[in-house]
Amino acid sequence: MPPIRELTDRRRTMNYDIATPILKVRDLVVKFRVRNKELTAIRKISLDLFDGETLAIVGESGSGKTVLTKTFTGMLESNGRIDAGSIEFEGRELVKIKSDRDWETIRGVKIATVFQDPMTSLNPLKKIGVQITEVIEKHQKLPKEEAYRIAVELMTKVGIKNAEKRFNDYPFQYSGGMRQRIVIAIALACKPKILICDEPTTALDVTIQAQILDLIRALQKDYGFTTIYITHDLGVVANVADRVAVMYAGQIIEYGTVREIFYDPRHPYTWALISSLPTLASRDEPLYAIPGTPPTLFNEIKGDAFAPRNRYALNIDFEEEPPFFPVSPTHFAKTWLLDPRAPFADPPLAVKLMRKKGNIYKEPAAEGSK
Amino acid sequence: MNNVILSVKNLEVTFKNGHESFTAVRDVSFDIYEGESFALVGESGSGKTTIGRTIIRINPATKGEITFAGKRISGVIDKALDSYVIRNIQMIFQDPMASLNERATIDYIVSEGLYNFNLFKDENERREKVFKALNDVGLLEEHAERYPHEFSGGQRQRICIARVLAMEPKFVIADEPISALDVSIRAQVLNLLRDLKQERGLSYLFIAHDLTVVRYFADRIAVIHQGELKELASTDELFARPLHPYTRSLLSAVPLPDPDVEKQKKLIVYDPGMHDYAKDKPTWREVFPGHFVQANEKEAAEYAAMYQ
Repeated sequence: MPPIRELTDRRRTMNYDIATPILKVRDLVVKFRVRNKELTAIRKISLDLFDGETLAIVGESGSGKTVLTKTFTGMLESNGRIDAGSIEFEGRELVKIKSDRDWETIRGVKIATVFQDPMTSLNPLKKIGVQITEVIEKHQKLPKEEAYRIAVELMTKVGIKNAEKRFNDYPFQYSGGMRQRIVIAIALACKPKILICDEPTTALDVTIQAQILDLIRALQKDYGFTTIYITHDLGVVANVADRVAVMYAGQIIEYGTVREIFYDPRHPYTWALISSLPTLASRDEPLYAIPGTPPTLFNEIKGDAFAPRNRYALNIDFEEEPPFFPVSPTHFAKTWLLDPRAPFADPPLAVKLMRKKGNIYKEPAAEGSK
Repeated sequence: MNNVILSVKNLEVTFKNGHESFTAVRDVSFDIYEGESFALVGESGSGKTTIGRTIIRINPATKGEITFAGKRISGVIDKALDSYVIRNIQMIFQDPMASLNERATIDYIVSEGLYNFNLFKDENERREKVFKALNDVGLLEEHAERYPHEFSGGQRQRICIARVLAMEPKFVIADEPISALDVSIRAQVLNLLRDLKQERGLSYLFIAHDLTVVRYFADRIAVIHQGELKELASTDELFARPLHPYTRSLLSAVPLPDPDVEKQKKLIVYDPGMHDYAKDKPTWREVFPGHFVQANEKEAAEYAAMYQ
């Protein structure tokens, strides 16, 4: 395993280029057919992914974060389909790709995914090394010896000691953290442009989690890929992300740089997420709990999807869907609270504390606030 | 200080498989006081769940002794004491998806313990007890007729808690009760557990791997690594003055929701080989009042010096 301290010191030196989106999503709508009813899992999402950045997508389970990224690799379940919108990657329209053969030039090659559970994403009957070489042989059409050499190199890169010796081990001989390292090695075998990490550390211990996050960061620097993290853990987001998109009920409701989202959040749902964290809470008070449950996506949603659970909801939230309001050139939030006509909303204490810490929040102009 | 409700002394748990044996818990001792929430924190495989399971007598203790309300409950005990233990020590499990019988109604799930111990006079009293338990966890009476699959993860965990409450236990073991839940639901369940502690004076053994959750919930924390306790202190003390390098590595590993802090952070990696225990053997020492750590003479002096 590479010396972790050194990796941590090299953190955050990389910059991404806002001018060149590597992936462009426009007005994407994804529907699923479930028991003769139609469910809208993604409701008109637009998103740019910039070359070299780390984007974190945050949301509760069922908010659609995994479905969204599955459309990038054509891995939607068979009852799901893209209903409208476009996904542009390297000049190609991914929405139009239908055959699996065409997808194979992108999935795993240009866009690779690391899944949550390393226990189930490896074949238990195959040797670890072979699971890496078969990817290299298939996609890069290299001879066996060459593939072996690359596989051993990759295993060393992801921190497996004695890679040559451990090449012939089976997954059960590896711990959870080691297996996730192998899954990462497989994902990187074809030098992808985009690496999607779907809750890569949720199944791992905290100490191992920290090591894997550091590993992905170091590899990103080496290989220069763009990373999408899907997670519900705001701690992980703070650690890895350059930019953050918050999802709720199939939509992105706020996005901005990591500092903007943590130190100056604007959407009441983002406020609620931050307030419910035990880390920021005082021990003498109850934690803030978001009441109710997310809406069902079988029915059409009127207005702001979060309105019924939102104590800051305005009347219009139940009537009309809010547009994105700009907060800064990089920060947008989909809430009527940002409309100039909206009344002043006093955010929860935890959010105020975060504002103080980050020192980027500006008090609104004095006139209306008094 | 309150009375000790549960006391674990020199506990050792060994699993045997043919000729191989594996000691999961080694020489663990701690006391839990009435009305206290005591947390056991460690990685997977550290033995924290084994300790919980040994207390409720699922795993037998190989060595050592566990006493509950002054009575020894480890080893061979008589039937009356056994049912006393079952009634008064209840457990909440990690995964509410896996710990409820899918084919039973909530009504039956909550009252199963009542049936087993004949804890009601008549049907009316049983229904009342079930409704009360459901109300206490924020569910409605109408939910009693439903099946587990009709509930969300957070609601299911409440059902597990209602099932525990119906037994009116003195002591609850919560084994990672919120790990399987969504962020927004976690707060609900944590609040509920906290309220119950305040209202009924329940004592908890809270088993977790996440120090941030524990910081919010626990009065005292014990850190366990590979079957041995490494450090034990009150929550504020442990966070203010972590002594053992393993505790410090755990604290450094927890990602905090604060990008500026997180991006400056240095990971501390714990290497058990760093201790020089060849001559000077480690013992359980009280370095600050109420703050214990496993260390030898030299280390204890170093630890104490860190915060001078």
